[in-house]
Amino acid sequence: MRMSVELDVFVGNTTIMDEEVYQFWLDGYTGNTTFTISHTQHPVIHKIYPIVDLSCESCFLSSPSEVNDAVKVRMEGGVLEECEASAEVLHSDTMDQYRTFQMCERLLHSPAKLANQLLFQIPPHRQAMLIERYYAFDGVFVREVLGKKLSKGTKKDLDDVSAKTGVTLKSCRRQFDNFKRVFKVVEELKGPLVENIRQHFLLSDQLARNYAAIVFFANNRFETGKKKLHYLTFQDFAFCAGQLISYWTVGAVDNMVEDMDVDLEKQFLQDLKELKILITDKDLLDQHKSLVCTALRGKTKVFNEMETNFKNLSRGLVNIAVKLTNTKDVRDFFIDLVEKFIEPCRSDKWTAGDMRLFLTHYTNSAHILDTFKHQVLWDRYMGVIKSCILKMYHD
Amino acid sequence: MPGKLKAKIVAGRHLPVMDRASDLTDAFVEVKFGNTTFKTDVFPKSLNPQWNSEWFKFEVDDEDLQDEPLQITVLDHDTYSANDAIGKVYIDIDPLLCSEAATRICGWFPIYDTIHGIRGEINVLVKVDLFNDLNSFRQSSCGVKFFCTTSIPRCYRAALVHGFVEELVVNEDPEYQWIDRIRTPRASNEARQRLISLMSGELQRKIGLKVLEMGGNAVVGYLQCFDLEGESGLVVRAIGTASPNTNTHSNTAPASNACNSPSKDSKETLPSSSPPPFSPSKPCSRQSSSSDTDLSLTPKMGKTSPPPHAPHPEFPFFTLTCFPPGFLVHVGGVVSARSVKLLDRIHNPDEPETRDAWWEEIRQEIKSHAKALGCHAVVGYSESTSICEEVCILSASGTAAMLNPRFMREGCLDDASPPSCGFCHIPYDEFNMPFPAQLTYCYRCRRQKVPDVLFTTIDLPAEAAVTGKGCLIQARLCRTKKKAQGEVNATAISNLLPFMEYELHTQLMNKLKLRSMNALFGLRIQISVGENMLLGLASATGVYLSALPAPGGIQVAGKTPSDLNYDQHIATMQKRINDTITKNKELYNIHPPESTEELVGSPIPDRQRSRLFRSTSESSDELLELDLSHGKKDAFVLERGSVTMSINMFVSSGFYSCNTEVMPGIYNWTSGLQMFTSVRVYRLSNANLTNQGLNKIFTELCENLLKSLYFKLRSMIPCCLCHVNFTVAVPEEELIQMGAVRLNCVCVCGCVFVCLFVSGSGENEDQLQFSMELCADSTPSNNQPTSKPSERCSPLPEGRSRSLRSTRSMPCGAPVAVVKMTPLSFLPGTRIVKYLGIINMFFIRETTSLREEGGVSGFLHCFIAEVFAMVRAHVAALGGNAVVSYSMKECVFMENPNKNQAQCLINVSGDAVIFVRESEQEATPPLMSSGQISSTGADGTT
Repeated sequence: MRMSVELDVFVGNTTIMDEEVYQFWLDGYTGNTTFTISHTQHPVIHKIYPIVDLSCESCFLSSPSEVNDAVKVRMEGGVLEECEASAEVLHSDTMDQYRTFQMCERLLHSPAKLANQLLFQIPPHRQAMLIERYYAFDGVFVREVLGKKLSKGTKKDLDDVSAKTGVTLKSCRRQFDNFKRVFKVVEELKGPLVENIRQHFLLSDQLARNYAAIVFFANNRFETGKKKLHYLTFQDFAFCAGQLISYWTVGAVDNMVEDMDVDLEKQFLQDLKELKILITDKDLLDQHKSLVCTALRGKTKVFNEMETNFKNLSRGLVNIAVKLTNTKDVRDFFIDLVEKFIEPCRSDKWTAGDMRLFLTHYTNSAHILDTFKHQVLWDRYMGVIKSCILKMYHD
Repeated sequence: MPGKLKAKIVAGRHLPVMDRASDLTDAFVEVKFGNTTFKTDVFPKSLNPQWNSEWFKFEVDDEDLQDEPLQITVLDHDTYSANDAIGKVYIDIDPLLCSEAATRICGWFPIYDTIHGIRGEINVLVKVDLFNDLNSFRQSSCGVKFFCTTSIPRCYRAALVHGFVEELVVNEDPEYQWIDRIRTPRASNEARQRLISLMSGELQRKIGLKVLEMGGNAVVGYLQCFDLEGESGLVVRAIGTASPNTNTHSNTAPASNACNSPSKDSKETLPSSSPPPFSPSKPCSRQSSSSDTDLSLTPKMGKTSPPPHAPHPEFPFFTLTCFPPGFLVHVGGVVSARSVKLLDRIHNPDEPETRDAWWEEIRQEIKSHAKALGCHAVVGYSESTSICEEVCILSASGTAAMLNPRFMREGCLDDASPPSCGFCHIPYDEFNMPFPAQLTYCYRCRRQKVPDVLFTTIDLPAEAAVTGKGCLIQARLCRTKKKAQGEVNATAISNLLPFMEYELHTQLMNKLKLRSMNALFGLRIQISVGENMLLGLASATGVYLSALPAPGGIQVAGKTPSDLNYDQHIATMQKRINDTITKNKELYNIHPPESTEELVGSPIPDRQRSRLFRSTSESSDELLELDLSHGKKDAFVLERGSVTMSINMFVSSGFYSCNTEVMPGIYNWTSGLQMFTSVRVYRLSNANLTNQGLNKIFTELCENLLKSLYFKLRSMIPCCLCHVNFTVAVPEEELIQMGAVRLNCVCVCGCVFVCLFVSGSGENEDQLQFSMELCADSTPSNNQPTSKPSERCSPLPEGRSRSLRSTRSMPCGAPVAVVKMTPLSFLPGTRIVKYLGIINMFFIRETTSLREEGGVSGFLHCFIAEVFAMVRAHVAALGGNAVVSYSMKECVFMENPNKNQAQCLINVSGDAVIFVRESEQEATPPLMSSGQISSTGADGTT
């Protein structure tokens, strides 16, 4: 005689959620994923892992919290022991939670609603957890779409991204939609970008900063996918984005306009053309070089390489500045930094310390040049360039 | 013109998009009461409209105020076509009619549509101005308070217990009217919701009238049921206990409950293991029309106290399960009655006599059973029905008891609390016992006789002495029957019932002994009828009462003692049973003093040892039969299958469960609380069902459900599932619905954690102190003379002013207030300062896109969550922060997967209350007005 479960629901007045199951859900394991318990030789240790495609299973087994949780379950409740139905129980529990999450998903799209909706009674700290985790993203995934247009076309390519990164397609879509949603909302808001994201999506400061970076990159379409840039992590880019937002955007001068933190300040980019004099004027270039060399002599092991390369390096940095009025060149900003500056230094085996020393003196020496009149502009430019390069200068 | 109802529509939020073109909505609201309708202006192009309407005023009779709900419909204005309905809110005005309950209803309500579920929220403000009613012939009963709680509400004092009130109203079910064929499902659902709301309002009003006639002012233990009789119509019936209850004064008496559900065919289950005498009633097909009979019998207060055996008011029934100490003198045992009826269309809703007559018959039977037990009253009384097509089983059960006559007369006792064993003593004549039972001298006082086991439907009396802990005990049973029609069917069911009751009883008995316990509390036996099977489910909480003798062991015996293998097998089984008993003693901490065995008065006769006879058949599931003529002491009968099952009873440490309010033997409660509902439906695929196969499946289902619950609630360990309420139904052929298991989980501290929960562990005592202050009747150790009502000042006015203040100081747009829900009548670690009124809601949800909504589970999950949300919203709007005595009375689920459709009906009830934490009594109660206007601006489309 057979029986089948036709319907099986469990609803608590206070919505019951298991963070672990939530993570499974976010990671895109379908509700049909069955959880089994594998009895190991040791009578106390049980493991819970989802049966999914084998490529992912290993990562669950490796998670210690998984095992800990199972052990905890076993010791506290003895719930799972000696009941043949344990897989069923887990399955039923998982399904309940998945349904809850699915119903919550609509609310998570505008997190402010979560606080004043009536359908689920969720304690505030749980709400915060739900939101934070929902908007969390995988570093590997975001690297793939960073700087790309958040369009339907990109979304179509997500299965490739999924295959490449090992992040499930469902999770890729969620993350992509999150980016897009945040992008759309803040696009029309005035005021500081990070603050807007934080308030509108109730995210932690760190996560809001990361989203600001993503929005900033997507808006300016910075190229990040070139092979030469592969060594850079999302955090490197996020840092640079923070620098650019703080110093180069409209918001750096005026904090009450639309898109203030998203667009680079046009006038500033225009003004940067003035810096050209640093490389076109031969006297100025030589003077600059000798000032830097004097300052650095004896302080660095790569002095000779620096001295030889000075003109090239300086030309590289100033040319980047000069070309920034072209949208195309803005997009290539990071690739240019790497090609024109970071790679030559790396091949000369500069250390990070050398780099810091050089950039500091390179920036400061320009102030001493009598014919150079654009001190403020120069500082605004070099301040960002210096911190970006320092962040990007690693293996 | 006794009343003026005023309503104001403030704002809406999170409305659905009704205009695809603009992604916005042009919403307006219709406010309807009775036949009067008002409309707000259209608030164009917004999902968060701010209507800020004027006050809509309805001048109405208070009769209407009681019957009618305020109906609020949110619509989308459409210039060219008909306006689209977004959804509705029904608001029950009743709580505003009592002067001491809520003063206004104000807050966010989910906008509910029977097809789409919750679609946004609306902020509403409702007030009532009542004029003094001088008409003595009035039809309304404003001011009578209703409580679902089956004990005397914690901040009241019962001065007097009147007795039983009952009422019943019938109507045609709109779902089955001819017009249903041409109207939309939405219209039909709404008609049904509205009708039921009207009927329950009417019912409540009529019961209120009866209470007023008796001189009472409240109904406690109010139990309202719907019988969806399909073609035959719709019956709403209610029972309760009437009591005069003024909340600032102490003269509240629990009122008698009225039940007017018709039931017949009774058998009684006695506390002994003897098979109850069955008198299956012959099925009678009648045209059923429900009527309200005047059954309410109130023992006249102040009159002569009824001597134990003297004729008593017609139905001395009490729906209460928890009593003030001293109220119960003796408890006889469970009495129950069932009858099978054939339903016929209700021809005349104004003459519901047939159904009244049915129930009256059943009540008479219960009464006679109680009499046979030497008792003059029935406590913990409840009535229920199970309907399948045209067959209806009416059931009633309660506990025969002797009450303290002084209570009926004076309302409260001023002498010291009775001995803790008093209620265990037999009320009947030792030499003229109504059934064979083993009597011994009470193990505590050694003076009176006690039975060897005690079954009751009430909660464990507070004064009872218990050894060890209690636990949930269930007996489960399936019986197949042939598909049949009409009288044949009814006869078949009638014939099966006695056997089912007997077997359930035996199972309970055996499981009780297996756990080494000797008494059952909160016994609830549910028999559900399906097309080709009957299901029986009995749940109770087993305890070891120190006053009763230790249960005997269990003896297994085979029918063919010659077979050596058999003997061996039996010996193994015996051993396992004995081991289990030992293990259980350990588990439940049952270590009764051994020495007392010697003192037992009656010598144990030979017949005390009963034998199990085992049939010779090879099948492993054969029945072991018990020779029932033998004494009960050591009796144990089980199917072998179930023996194994109960031995392998699954135990998880840190988890306790019971179906009574509190877990016997556990006293250190924390305030952590989680109420939940779980519903399961199974489909049995094989048509060749056998009784044994079914039993096995059924037992597995129940056990699995429990396991599942334990797993889900593992984070709350150590905890206790209290008030676990299983409901089973056989909605259609081969489908078992484990409906609406409403459970309440309360964390209790295990011994390890005691210090962690300091604030919670003192709870019981604190509560007692508090009740002493306020409700002398419910305090077990209350020695003080009861002060006069007028002298008592209740903390309530204080409580209110405090809450009002806090409302004002609350910042606008505060997050949604937390509303706790519990089936218990109290919240551990807290004090209920005010009862705001009864919550009684009925919802229908239907879908025509079942698959898209996540299948049946997704559909129901969402619906239950929505029901919770609506209950919480109503409580919050009344100014409350919890629902106590919450229960889901009905959960009917129908589906048609081929058409991608499903429908579900849910009825919930409870008492809205304001509580304050024991530890922070001076702090403001966590009351928030969720209806601040300014909050709507914040969540707009910023």
